[in-house]
Amino acid sequence: MAVTTTAPSRGTAPGAATSSRLPAAARWARRAPLLPALIFTIIVTQVPFIATLIISSLQWNVLRPGERHFVGLSNYGTVFTDKRLRAAVVNTITLTASVVLISLVLGLLLAILLDRRFPGRGLARTLLIAPFLVMPVAAALLWKHALYNPTYGLLNGVLNWIWQLFGADTGPSVDWISSTPMPAVVAALVWQWTPFMMLILLAGLQAQPSDVLEAARVDGAGALKTFRFITLPHLRQYLELSVLLGSIYIVQTFDAVFTITQGGPGTATTNLPYEIYLTMFRKYEYGEAAAAGVVVVVGTIIVATFALRVVSSLFREEARR
Amino acid sequence: MTATPTTRSDALAAERSGSPTESSAAPPSAPRRRLRRQRDPDVAAHGGPIWTLVAWIVTLFFFAPVAWMVLTSFHSEADAATNPPSLFAPLTGANYDLLFSRGIRPFLINSATAAIISTLLVLALAVPAAYALSIKPVEKWTDVMFFFLSTKFLPAIAALLPIYLIVKDIGMLDNIWSLVILYTAMNLPIALWMMQSFLAEVPKEILEAAEVDGAGLLRVLWNVVVPVAMPGLAATALICFIFSWNEFMFAVNLTATRSATAPVFLVGFITNEGLFLARLCAAATLVSLPVLIAGFAAQDKLVRGLSLGAVK
Repeated sequence: MAVTTTAPSRGTAPGAATSSRLPAAARWARRAPLLPALIFTIIVTQVPFIATLIISSLQWNVLRPGERHFVGLSNYGTVFTDKRLRAAVVNTITLTASVVLISLVLGLLLAILLDRRFPGRGLARTLLIAPFLVMPVAAALLWKHALYNPTYGLLNGVLNWIWQLFGADTGPSVDWISSTPMPAVVAALVWQWTPFMMLILLAGLQAQPSDVLEAARVDGAGALKTFRFITLPHLRQYLELSVLLGSIYIVQTFDAVFTITQGGPGTATTNLPYEIYLTMFRKYEYGEAAAAGVVVVVGTIIVATFALRVVSSLFREEARR
Repeated sequence: MTATPTTRSDALAAERSGSPTESSAAPPSAPRRRLRRQRDPDVAAHGGPIWTLVAWIVTLFFFAPVAWMVLTSFHSEADAATNPPSLFAPLTGANYDLLFSRGIRPFLINSATAAIISTLLVLALAVPAAYALSIKPVEKWTDVMFFFLSTKFLPAIAALLPIYLIVKDIGMLDNIWSLVILYTAMNLPIALWMMQSFLAEVPKEILEAAEVDGAGLLRVLWNVVVPVAMPGLAATALICFIFSWNEFMFAVNLTATRSATAPVFLVGFITNEGLFLARLCAAATLVSLPVLIAGFAAQDKLVRGLSLGAVK
C-alpha cells in the first residue's frame, strides 16, 4: 500500500542475516560506503552540540571580553527564570500547535476535495502546492507587505472594495500585524504548510483499499459514516506522520518571525529560535544562548522520541504485510 | 538531474490522463488498478458539480496570494499601491529590469552555487551510504538510519552559535563553502532516507548477476544501481535543491556582502529600498521561480521526499 518502507523486508534478506557472521574484512567492506556519510554527519552535527554544551557552562558575553569563565549550571538557572524566555516557550507552543492543527484540518479538507475526480484536478493540485514552494522569506514578505499592509495591502483592499460595493465610502483600515500579531504570523505559516499536510493526507486517502469502501457502500453506509469508521482509522498513521513532521519543522520557525514581526510587538510573537537568535546576536550573551539551545534540544528530543516511535511503527506495519 | 525530463513527462502524462495524484501513489498492481477504476466513477457520482466548484474556489483562494504576487510584479509602483487594488492595470517588465540593475545576479549565483554543489555532495555521500543500508546492509542498519534521522530533529538554532564561532575561527565567515557544508549536513538525512527507500526497490536478480560477473562496488553502483534508481535520484536531488535554495537562518547569520544568497538579498532589499511593493513582488517571484519549477516538475515525488520515503 502507500505507506511503505521496503527496507524491513531487506532486514530479513539473506544478505542481512549473514552479515554478522561475515569475517571482519568483509564486514568492513560492507561498512565502507557508509562511512563517509556517517563521519561527515557526526562531525558537522554532533561536534557543534558538544560545543554548545561546553559554552552553556560559561559566563561569556562578547561585549565584556576577558570575563569568560566557568559558571557551571547558572546559565540554566537564568534560562528557567528569564521572563522573556518563558514567554518564548509559550509563544513557541502556541505558534506550533495552532499552525500544525489548523493546517492539518485545512489540509484534510483539501485532500478530501481532491480525492475525487473532477475537471482540472491535476491543475488544481499543482496550484495548491505553490504556497509550499514559494521561498519562506519571500512568502513572509509577501504576507507582511502585499497582504497585511494597512493602506494598500490586499486584505484591506478587498475589504474596501466590498464596502464600496455596498455603497460605503471606504472600508475599514485594519493594521493586521500590530492588532493581531500572533494570528498574522500563524495565518502566513498555515498558508505555507497546508499544502504539505494535504499532500501526505491525499496520498493516504488514495491508498485506501477500494474493496473496503465498495463493501461499505454496498452495506448502505453513508458518506459520513464511511468517513468516520473506515477512512479516519485508515488515515490515523498519515495524520500522525503529518503532525510530527510538521511540528519538527514548524517548531524551528525563524524566517516568518524574523520577517513579519521581529518577534514583536514586545515579545508577543518571539518564539524560541528567534529569542535564542536575539540572545546571541543582539545581547551577545553566548553562555545564556547556548544554555537555551540545550534546553530546546532536550525538549525536541522528548518530542522526537514520540516521532521516531511513529516512524518505526510505519516500518513495522509494512514488515507485517 | 538528467532524469528530470522523465519525471516531468511522467507528471505531464499523468496530468493529461487527469489523475496526477494516482502517479504519486504506489504503482498499482493490475488487480488494484481494476478496483480503482470501479471505484472512481462511483465517487464522482457522490460529488457532482457543486463539489467541483467548491474544490476550485478553495484552490483559487489558496493560490490567490501567489497570483497576486506575480501580477503585482508586472505592475508599476503607482498601480501596485492603490486601494482598492487595481487588477487590470497595464503590465510592465520594468521591475525585473530594475532588480538586475540593482545587482540581484550575484545573490542568485551564490544561491545556485550553494544549492547545486551541496546537492551534488549530498548525493555523493548518500548514494553509497544508502547502498550500505539497503542492498548490502551493514549489521544494525536500522539504528544507523534512525541516527541520521535524529540529527534532522535537532533544532538548527541550537547549533548556530558554535557553528558561527567555529566558522569565524577558521576564517570562513562570508564564504559560500560554509553554506555548502552546512546544507550538505542539513539535507543528508533526507537524501539518505529517500535513496534508501528507492534503492530497496532495485531488483536483487540484476545485482546478483552483476556480482557474478565480478563487477566491483563502484561499477555496480554506476552501471546497475544508478540507472534503475535514476528517477529516485532526480527526486532526491530536487528535494535537496529546494531546501538549500530556501534556507535563510544560516545564510543570514554567516554571510555578509560577498556570499549572501537570494533570501538575504530579499530581506536586505526591503530595508535598503524602503517599501516598493511592485519591486518586492518581482524580487519574491524571481527568487521563488527555481523552486516553483523544480517542485512542479517533481510533484509526483514530492510526498515521498517530504515524508522521508515513508509515504509513496
